[in-house]
Amino acid sequence: MTTFWFILIAFLWTGYFVLEGFDFGVGALMPVLARGEAERRQVLRTIGPVWDGNEVWLITAIGAMFAAFPAWYAGFLSQFYLAAVMVVLGLIVRGVGLEWRGKVRAKETPLVDAAIVAGSVLPAFLWGAIFGNVLFASAFATVMGGLLSLGLALVHGAVFVALKTKGPVRARAREIAWVAGVVLVPVVAFALWRLDAWPAYAAMAAYAAGVGLVWAGKEAWAFACTAVTIVLTTAATFLTLYPEPLPGLTVESAASAPYTLTVLTWIGLIALPGVIAYQAWTYWVFRKRLTAPEVLLESRSA
Amino acid sequence: MDALDLARWQFGVTTVYHFLFVPLTIGLGVFVAGLQTAWYRTGKEHYLTLTKFFGKLFLINFAMGVVTGIVQEFQFGMNWSEYSIFVGDVFGAPLALEALLAFFLESTFLGLWIFGWDKLPKKLHLATIWAAVIGSNLSAYFILAANAWMKHPVGYEVVDGKARMTDLWAVLTNSTALAQVPHVVAGSFVVAGGFVLAVAGYRILRERNATGLIPRKKDFSDVTMPMRREVDMWRAALRGALVMTALAGAIVALTGDMSGQLLHTQQPMKLAAAEGLRHDTAGAPFSPVPGIEVPNMLSLLAAHDPNATIQGIDDIQQRLVAQFGPGDYVPNLPIVYMSFRVMIVFGMATVGLAFLGLFLTRGRGRRARPVPTWFARLCVLALPLPIAAIISGWLLSEIGRQPWTVQGELLTAASVSPGVSLTEVAISLGLFTLVYGVLAVAEAVLLIRHVKAGPDEPMPAVAPDETDRRVPTLMY
Repeated sequence: MTTFWFILIAFLWTGYFVLEGFDFGVGALMPVLARGEAERRQVLRTIGPVWDGNEVWLITAIGAMFAAFPAWYAGFLSQFYLAAVMVVLGLIVRGVGLEWRGKVRAKETPLVDAAIVAGSVLPAFLWGAIFGNVLFASAFATVMGGLLSLGLALVHGAVFVALKTKGPVRARAREIAWVAGVVLVPVVAFALWRLDAWPAYAAMAAYAAGVGLVWAGKEAWAFACTAVTIVLTTAATFLTLYPEPLPGLTVESAASAPYTLTVLTWIGLIALPGVIAYQAWTYWVFRKRLTAPEVLLESRSA
Repeated sequence: MDALDLARWQFGVTTVYHFLFVPLTIGLGVFVAGLQTAWYRTGKEHYLTLTKFFGKLFLINFAMGVVTGIVQEFQFGMNWSEYSIFVGDVFGAPLALEALLAFFLESTFLGLWIFGWDKLPKKLHLATIWAAVIGSNLSAYFILAANAWMKHPVGYEVVDGKARMTDLWAVLTNSTALAQVPHVVAGSFVVAGGFVLAVAGYRILRERNATGLIPRKKDFSDVTMPMRREVDMWRAALRGALVMTALAGAIVALTGDMSGQLLHTQQPMKLAAAEGLRHDTAGAPFSPVPGIEVPNMLSLLAAHDPNATIQGIDDIQQRLVAQFGPGDYVPNLPIVYMSFRVMIVFGMATVGLAFLGLFLTRGRGRRARPVPTWFARLCVLALPLPIAAIISGWLLSEIGRQPWTVQGELLTAASVSPGVSLTEVAISLGLFTLVYGVLAVAEAVLLIRHVKAGPDEPMPAVAPDETDRRVPTLMY
């Protein structure tokens, strides 16, 4: 049962990194991808309807850790206290920035954009840094982990924008995706090699395929590949963490009692497919590629 | 000053701050959904205008509620690791359920609502806002069930120094939760009602100023037709808020009475502190404001028996020392005493305002009475009342629980993270205070700006002179 819950939590983190991974990338790259206000809106609009739902994967992952492995939850957040503070502050200014951007005056948007960029870069880097530190407990691993998660988010986000837009933004996103993809090869290769678990090697292959495919203009397949890269990287991370998610703390000793795990399993198994279904439906509703003029004319309550 | 004190301050500051936005999200969301439903059913344009206008205010506020909520979920582990380890088995479950069953619903469907106006059929689009507000209300239920467990732990046993859940259903149907959830949720509707009253009151004053109706004339029968419709629109919004506030106010009073009785049996110290009652007293009095005492009233309120014995602070303290060993088991008396009164007086004033308004603006169709100008002014001035009331209620509830995090099981002093230093908490407290302060100002500015601008403003930042020069030439 505890193994099952460890896998479930790994699954929630994976969902979070895959989904908010591209959110972070889009937020961080927005100034580079867009020229002018209309394009900036076009870029942000790709994640507009979904970023908040994506972030709930984090809330659920943390909530599930709290319920299923209280000592892991408590140790994880209190040991990385200041990093967690910075993550949260990043998520705060970013979330508020995304929601408020359409409601502030034109001269205030640069400030909001700065909040979105900072709030995307900071957590994207810090999550990798935190997990890198848990795994290898060295400053170098911390930085590499951070660069890996930030780098993957940037490539994943650029591919997502290429997939979701038309016009000059799409061309730019494609270019940035493969250029960044190539530049980051040493980081990705080193960090994944260091993880040394079979999914990490598979992740390298998926990453290479993703960069190649975006260069070839196959955006949907490229996005699938970058998503798979993140899935496999997260899988490798949690595989390496098992059975000691924190130094000196085993999954068994951190776990809640069987009753709690059983009840939550039933509720989770019933609810989670529903959540995945309606989130998938959201992506279906907003499946159309976006152009800048269209985004400007769109009617919405924001 | 040690890490514990700062951690408590941080929890207090971030929680009260979070709780400024949450009630408005809960109540205003339902109000907006109601407006959109009215538009869907009647097809009247002004309901759509109001939906979009209040929808925008709702979203400005919603963002703050969401992002400050993330802090809350992290904070138990960050600052209160001993607490988290002790209670995780029980307390973590409703939190996980909140994320899984409520937050996903809320944020996913709100995204669909915001961007789905042109993409979804009308009926489905209406359903998305309802799904989102059901999510908000559901989240209130789960988090308050978790909170209620801290005050009245049920459905658990302590094994190896940790609480272990034995009955999830007992946790979710905790009597304290069942009284607290409707009390807080209805209180949120009162807050949102007060907010809409202030906004509608302001808009009414503004429309009348624009037509020169104030201060020269009292009735507005000669106002030109379009302007008359504007005033009618805000009257409709105001009436909606009056109904919501009055109904919710009745529920708040009813469930407040339930909570009072539960305090009597479950948390006698909090009840005694709220009244400042020193010794066990039969037929205890109640003082609505300091200096005035209504004999037997507290006994009547708390036990529904004018002669019932209410336990007093000093006597409870002695009993707790006998039970748990030496220590100070008395919460901060002045704060608990004052917040109890602010909650009752300000809350009742808001609800009283709503009933007064319903009477003043009674009548339908051609006999509909206009909103008196003085009443519109009063609505604007009354804005702080429900907010102060609900915050005070929260302070009463949580400070009155001290020195326990889990009543009778775990002291706050034993809950704090042992590994987090004073410096670390000082840094985080400083950063949170700074960021929260800036955002509070920004939110207030945004809300005021949008209320002043009114509905149907042109899309912001698309004015040609403000956009990047390169874009329009390419676009149009």
